[in-house]
Parts: sequence; structure tokens; C-alpha cells
Amino acid sequence: MALLSFERKYRVRGGTLIGGDLFDFWVGPFYVGFFGVTTAIFASLGTALILYSAAIGPTWNPWLISIAPPDLKYGLGAAPLREGGFWQVITVCAIVSFVSWALREVEICRKLGMGYHVPIAFSFAIFAYISLVVIRPVLLGAWHFGFPYGIFSHLDWVSNTGYQYLHFHYNPVHMLAVSFFFTTILALALHGSLVLSAVNPPKGEEVKTPEYEDTFFRDLIGYSIGTLGIHRLGLLLALNAGFWSAICIIISGPLWTRGWPEWWNWWLNLPIWS
Amino acid sequence: MNVTSLRFGAIMVGVALLGACQPGAKSNQQLGYRGTGMDQIQLKSAKLVEPVPAPPYDPPAPGGKPAREAYQNVQVLGDVSEDQFSYTMAAITQWIAPEKGCNYCHNPANMASDELYTKVVARRMLQMTQTINSTWSSHVKQTGVTCYTCHRGQAVPAVAWTLPPTGNPNSIVGNLHGQNAPTPASAYASLPNTAVAHYLIDKDAPNIRVAANGTHPTPADKLTVMETENTYGLMMHTSQALGVNCTYCHNTASFRAWNISTPARAQAWYGIRMVREINGDYIGPLAKVFPANRLGPMGDSLKVNCATCHRGQNKPLGGVSMLKDYPALRSSAPMMPAVAAPAPAPVGAGVTAAR
Repeated sequence: MALLSFERKYRVRGGTLIGGDLFDFWVGPFYVGFFGVTTAIFASLGTALILYSAAIGPTWNPWLISIAPPDLKYGLGAAPLREGGFWQVITVCAIVSFVSWALREVEICRKLGMGYHVPIAFSFAIFAYISLVVIRPVLLGAWHFGFPYGIFSHLDWVSNTGYQYLHFHYNPVHMLAVSFFFTTILALALHGSLVLSAVNPPKGEEVKTPEYEDTFFRDLIGYSIGTLGIHRLGLLLALNAGFWSAICIIISGPLWTRGWPEWWNWWLNLPIWS
Repeated sequence: MNVTSLRFGAIMVGVALLGACQPGAKSNQQLGYRGTGMDQIQLKSAKLVEPVPAPPYDPPAPGGKPAREAYQNVQVLGDVSEDQFSYTMAAITQWIAPEKGCNYCHNPANMASDELYTKVVARRMLQMTQTINSTWSSHVKQTGVTCYTCHRGQAVPAVAWTLPPTGNPNSIVGNLHGQNAPTPASAYASLPNTAVAHYLIDKDAPNIRVAANGTHPTPADKLTVMETENTYGLMMHTSQALGVNCTYCHNTASFRAWNISTPARAQAWYGIRMVREINGDYIGPLAKVFPANRLGPMGDSLKVNCATCHRGQNKPLGGVSMLKDYPALRSSAPMMPAVAAPAPAPVGAGVTAAR
């Protein structure tokens, strides 16, 4: 890819967290860095292990390939490779490559003197993954409780794990997470459509300024959050969605074992009326 | 409001939320192929069961005069020995009317008289117990049941149900139509909480379904959402009664498919048929015998559901067999095979393996 004339200005040395100048270079458009190397190694190793594990499994149907966690009896110990050990090694590879990717984002932020908003946002996604395959299994005392790596099989795991609490929609934190997901989508749709309505006029008409956008929402609901505010709101909503979805599964099992509808009995049992 | 009071408020909310949690030690059980998520996670404290009562005295040796020769009007236990008969009666008194004693069922002036309704009911219940132990080993296995399995020292078992009163069908005011009430019958969900009346009343109760038979429903083969909610209501009751979650019996990839279900589902399938027989053939017809204060608002007798025996345990009384001490409660009738249930998957076979 051709290097644009002005890009040279932004390709500055330094800002690395580890390794000094060793990997401080670009390959085509991509910054490498120490964490680019670790991302590449562990993502490749993990993918190769998924393929190896699939090869010794019963199917090559991409929908049905599944790399499952160990049996309950192995607890928090290492399992034989073909009985969940592959899942354990692939999980380590995934976590190392995800965290490396986030740290590579940090290095790029440092080079450019930018805030760490993007790596912080990505770390919420990593936290959600680690919640499922490390935090909750450790709290329950067995790697068995992680989810399997397969397209259908992880959906079956979600379904069965939800039905372990009879009716998962009664999980209060699941309610919170779902509300944030929907609100994120609402905010993104409103923002996207508003921007397009201002900057994508019919042929021959001029692009409208942000004042038009603000006025639209002031006319509509009496308030406009503003051009910067909508992005703060979007990030807040999206991070909350990811964060509370992680919490809603961490508490299912370690902190609550019955059906989720029953949890709400605390309300019925309040001393005010019980 | 300053920062300190905000912090205090946040801490109080956090403490209140933790108060509604179960941080205690857990006991885990794997029920399906690894990775299917078919697991039971329970509090260790939820598994504690009360000890069963000891026999009234040492069981008598076999042999001796049959009870029908020793006493009058012995219609069910006539073939057991006189000693065994007295021993069984002493145990039943402990199990059902420990305070009122023999006189709860018998006229002390004439023990053979059927004048008290309780004696007529008890006779029918003895027949029912023998039927369960001799023909429903598909559900009760060799553990069997005794009067105590349901009664637990009370004349009326603590868990029973009657037909729900029909509210004004032309109004929604003050009538929840059997749902949206947080009761144990629906595991506190908004689902229908009278599903047991729909599915467990007798042998003619409808099939338990959540999907049509074919891929595409037809007018003759379809289920409404309300009908499936009844099924889910029943299943919530079963889960609550046994202290287990849905995956104890089902792989939710398909609730219906037997080849990915656990063996416990077959035992539950027989249990549902057993309860239908108990309610339809034994307890239901006794409505004629019971006085009004022993009947529900619709004039039917107090019937059983899964919780009447199970009481939150997947095996009633923790799986302890009391029956072995009470041979009179086994019938001499030959073991009759009941209706055959479809075969579930072998233990440990998961959805991935099945595919």
C-alpha cells in the first residue's frame, strides 16, 4: 500500500511499552511493535490448535466443529489434550493475543499522543471473554464451566447455561445489560441517521452544519446532547452493555444457584409488607 | 448531596444486593457431554435432608396367623401376618396422626367399623401405595414409597393442590387467570401456576408439548403460545419440586428430542404418568368420601404433584428407602410393565456426540 505523503508525519519513533526500538517499525500500513509480534504468534498458534483439534474431532462441518472445555473432574487442573487440554491451551492463546492487541493499541496511542479510549473500550470486550472462560470457572472451581469453541456448540452452551436458572430473563443484571445493548443501538441509529441527514443532502444542496443537527433534536425533544456528547454517551452505553453482560454471567452460579425468578423474592420479603 | 453521602449510598446498595445472594459453598454435578452446559450448581446446604423416622419397634419375624383371621373387616392387608399388620398400623399412626393416634381413623369401641371417613381413605391409600410400589418401579425404583414419603407426620400432606376457582370469565378485573402471581408452583415466574391441574389431573390429561410435530405447523398440528406456557409452567413446578434446573432432564438444544435427553427424563416421564394415575384413580374419586373441609373451592380432593413427595430433593427423603422395613406396603401382585417411555441418551452423551 502506498504511503500517503502526509502519513510520514505520524510515523514517529518511540512510545513503546516493551522492547524499545526492536519492533518499532511498520509492515505496509500496519504498526508492528512487540505486541504485534505476540499477537501474531499467539493468534496463529491458537488458530492452528483449533484446526488441529477440529482435525481429530468427528466433523469438518464448520457449524458443528466444537472444541469443548474439560470434564468437571479435572477441576482447575490441566486436562489431557484431547479431553479439554486443547481448550485450555487455546484459551491461553486467545487471552494473550487479545491482551497483546489491546497493548498494541496503547503503544499506537502513545506514539500519537492520544487518549487511551480505544484500548480501554476494547479491554471491556476482553473482560467479558475472560469472565466466561476464567473468572466464572475459577469461582466455580473447574475449567469445565467455560464455554466451548464452536458455532452451534457455544449457542447450545448459552441455552443450557441460561436454563440452569430456569428463566434467565429474570436475572436483574441481564436485564441491565440487555437494556444497555438496546439503548446503544438506539443511540447509534439516531446518531447515524442524524449525521447522514445533515451531511448527505440531495444533489445541488449544501451540507448542513452541526447547528442544524442540534436544532433538530431541540425541536424534537427539547434537548441536544451535542456533537461531542453523543460520542461520550455512545461509549458509555456500549461499555456498560459489555460490562453488565459479563457481570450477569459471573453472578450466575457463584452468587445465585436457584431460578432467577426466585431471586426477586427479596422484594416480596421486604419487611415493609411481608 | 456530597461525595461522601453518594459513596455511602453506593456501599449500602451494594450490601443490599449482596444480601440477596448465595455466596455459600457449592456442589457441582456434570450431566452432559463437556461443553454442553448441562450442569447442576447447588448450594451444599440445599442438599441436607432430614433423617427418616425409625420403625415404631423392631420389625416382627415373618410367619404367624394372617391378619384377616385375627381381625374383622381387613380388606387390603388380610394376607400379612397379624404381627406385621399391627406393626404396619403402628407405623402408619406415627406417620399420619402421631397426636390423635389410632382414633384418627378408628372408632375405639369397634376398630373394624368403617364409620370414620378417614379409615375409608386410609384403605384406598394403602391400595395406592401398594400399586405404586408394585407397578411403578419405573419411577420409584426399588426405593419405593411409604405413607411418610408424602405425609411426613401430618394427616394432610403439606404440599397438595386443588382445581383453581374459575374467576369471572368476562372480566379481567381481580382475575389473574392463573398466572402473573409469584408462587412456588411456577418457581415464582409469571408463567401459568395452575399447570399441574392441566397436566396431572388424570390419565386423560393432554400431552406435554412445546412444539408442533412437524417442521411446519398445520391447523391440526399446532400449539399456541399460551399452550406452551402451560408446559413451561409445569416444568417450572417440576424443577422447583426436585430442586434441579432444566438441564437435569433436558438438553435445551431440543427439549423434545429423547436421544439428547438425560436418563432422568425417562424416570420423570413415568413419574408424570404415575401422578396422573394417583390423582385420577385414587385421590380424585375420594372427593365423595371427604368432608367439605377436606375439599378445594371447586369441591375436588387435595391432589398430589411432584413436590408432594420430592420437597425440593431430586430423590425424596434423600433417596433413603423406608419401604424395606415395611413389607406389607409392597403388594404381592406381579410387577406389571407400565407404558414404555422413549429411550433417552446414555449417560454422558452430549449434543455434539449425538450429531
